[in-house]
Amino acid sequence: MPGDNAPALSVSELSGALKRMVEGNFSHVRLRGEISGYKRAASGHAYLALKDDKAVIDAIIWKGQASQIPFVPEDGIEVIATGRLTTYPGRSKYQIVIERLELAGAGALMMLLEKLKAKLGAEGLFDPARKMPLPYLPQVIGVVTSPTGAVIRDILHRLADRCPTRVIVWPVIVQGQGSDAQIAAAVNGFSAMAAGGPVPRPDLVIVARGGGSIEDLWSFNEEVVVRAVADCTIPVISAVGHETDTTLCDYAADVRAPTPTAAAEIAVPVRADLIAHLGEQGLRMARCAHRYRERGAEQLKALARHLPKPAQLLDPQRQRTDDLGERLRRGLGHRLSEARGELAGASGALRPGLLSNRLVRDRERVERLWRVAASLNPSNVLKRGYAMVEKRGGGVITSAAQARAAIALTLRFEDGAVDARLERSSGKPYTDVKGDQPTLL
Amino acid sequence: MADQPDFSTLSFEDALKRLETIVSRLESGEASLDDSITLYSEGDLLRKQCETRLADAQARIEKISLGADGRPAGVTAFDAG
Repeated sequence: MPGDNAPALSVSELSGALKRMVEGNFSHVRLRGEISGYKRAASGHAYLALKDDKAVIDAIIWKGQASQIPFVPEDGIEVIATGRLTTYPGRSKYQIVIERLELAGAGALMMLLEKLKAKLGAEGLFDPARKMPLPYLPQVIGVVTSPTGAVIRDILHRLADRCPTRVIVWPVIVQGQGSDAQIAAAVNGFSAMAAGGPVPRPDLVIVARGGGSIEDLWSFNEEVVVRAVADCTIPVISAVGHETDTTLCDYAADVRAPTPTAAAEIAVPVRADLIAHLGEQGLRMARCAHRYRERGAEQLKALARHLPKPAQLLDPQRQRTDDLGERLRRGLGHRLSEARGELAGASGALRPGLLSNRLVRDRERVERLWRVAASLNPSNVLKRGYAMVEKRGGGVITSAAQARAAIALTLRFEDGAVDARLERSSGKPYTDVKGDQPTLL
Repeated sequence: MADQPDFSTLSFEDALKRLETIVSRLESGEASLDDSITLYSEGDLLRKQCETRLADAQARIEKISLGADGRPAGVTAFDAG
C-alpha cells in the first residue's frame, strides 16, 4: 500500500501506550488460578505464575506482602490473587503484582491440609505412641482460647457442674492474621512453665475454638500450632470446631474432644460421683470388717460347742479315783484279814506249856550238870581221905619235883590245912622210912 | 504404724486405685485377719485423703497476664462475662 503516510510509532511509544492502557484498566483485579513455579528469592520477593488450562500469567509478590500470606504457597494450589497488572517494556512482558493471596475455596484448603497432614504425619507428630494419658483429677487446667464468647463460658460452666477446678485462661485470638502465632505461643507458654513459678503449672491444657468454616478454623491447621500441641509437655485436649470439623491440632493433641463442652467433660470426673464412689468403698470395707467379726464369732461358737463340758472332762478321772479308792479299801481289808489269820495261826501255837516244858527240861539238865559238878568237887575227894598239897603262898603241887623245889608246903584236908616241911629232898619216897613222921598220902 | 506408706505423694487416681484394690482384697476374704486389719486401716486412710482432696477442690478462674518479655508474669481474676 504505497503512499500510506501514517506516522510510525517508536517501540517505546507503543510500549508506553500499552502500559498506560493495561495499568489503567487493570489497576485492581481479582484473579483465580493455580500457582506454578513458586520461588522466593533471597531478596524476600516471591516470583510465581498463575495459570489455568489455557493461559498463564507471571506474578510477583513484593517482600512486604509475601510475608503476610496466611499460608505457605505451593505449586498446584488454586488461589485467588488480588493485585494490579503492570507491564515491563524492557522485556515485552506483563505481569500481575499480587497484594493479597488467598486460597481459592474449600477444595484448595483441603488439598493444602492433606499435604501438611502427610508431611507432619511422616514426621511422627500424630503417632499414638506420643500421646500422654490425661490426669484423672487435674489440679490446674490451662485453657487456650478466646477470652470472650461461648466457648470459654461453656467450658467453665461444665467444669463447675462436674468438679470445681482451678482454671488459668491464656487469652488468644482464634482466627485471622497472627492467630496461629498466638495460639502456638500460648501452648508453648504453658508447656514451658516450671512448677512453683509465678503461675501454677497446669497438669492439663485445653485448646478450644467454636465452630466455623474451614477458613475460620485454619489457624489450628498451621504448622506452628500443630507442632506446639504435639510438643507440649502437658497433656492436651483439642476441641476445635464442631464434631464434623477435624483440624491437624486435633490429630496432634493427646485427646480430641468433639466440642468445648465435651472437652470439659473429658477433663474432669464428676465430683459427686467420686464422693459417692468413695463412700461406697468405705461401706464395703466396713461390711468386710463386720463380716470378719461375725465369721470369727461364729467359728468361736462352733468350736466352743465341740469343747466338752468341764464336768465331762473330769468324770472319767473321778470314776477312776473311785475305782482305785474302792480297790485300795478292798485290798487293805484283805491284807488285814490275811494278817489277822496269820497272827491267829501264830498265836495258836504260842501256849504256856510250850515255855514250861522247856523250863522243866532245862532244870533237869542243870541238875544233871550240877550233879556231875558236885562229883568233881575236890572237897568231896578230901572227905574220902585225900589231902591237897599246896605251895606255901598258893599254887597246887601235882608232882614230886614240884614238892622238892618248894620245901615249905601246906597240906589241905577236908576240915582245914596244916603246914609241912620236907626233911629230905632225895628222890626216894618215905614209904620205907621208919619214924612217926606223918607220911605223905 | 511405722511402715505406713506415705500417701501424700500419691496422685488421686493412684490413691483411688489402691483403695479399690484393698476393698476387693478384703471382699475376696483371702487375707488373714491380721492382714485385713492392716488393709482396713490403710484403706480408711486413703478414703479420707481422697475425700479431703475432693472437698478441698474449689473453682478459681484466672487469666494469664504477660510481662514485657511476653512471658507469663502472673494471673488476674478472669470473668467470662
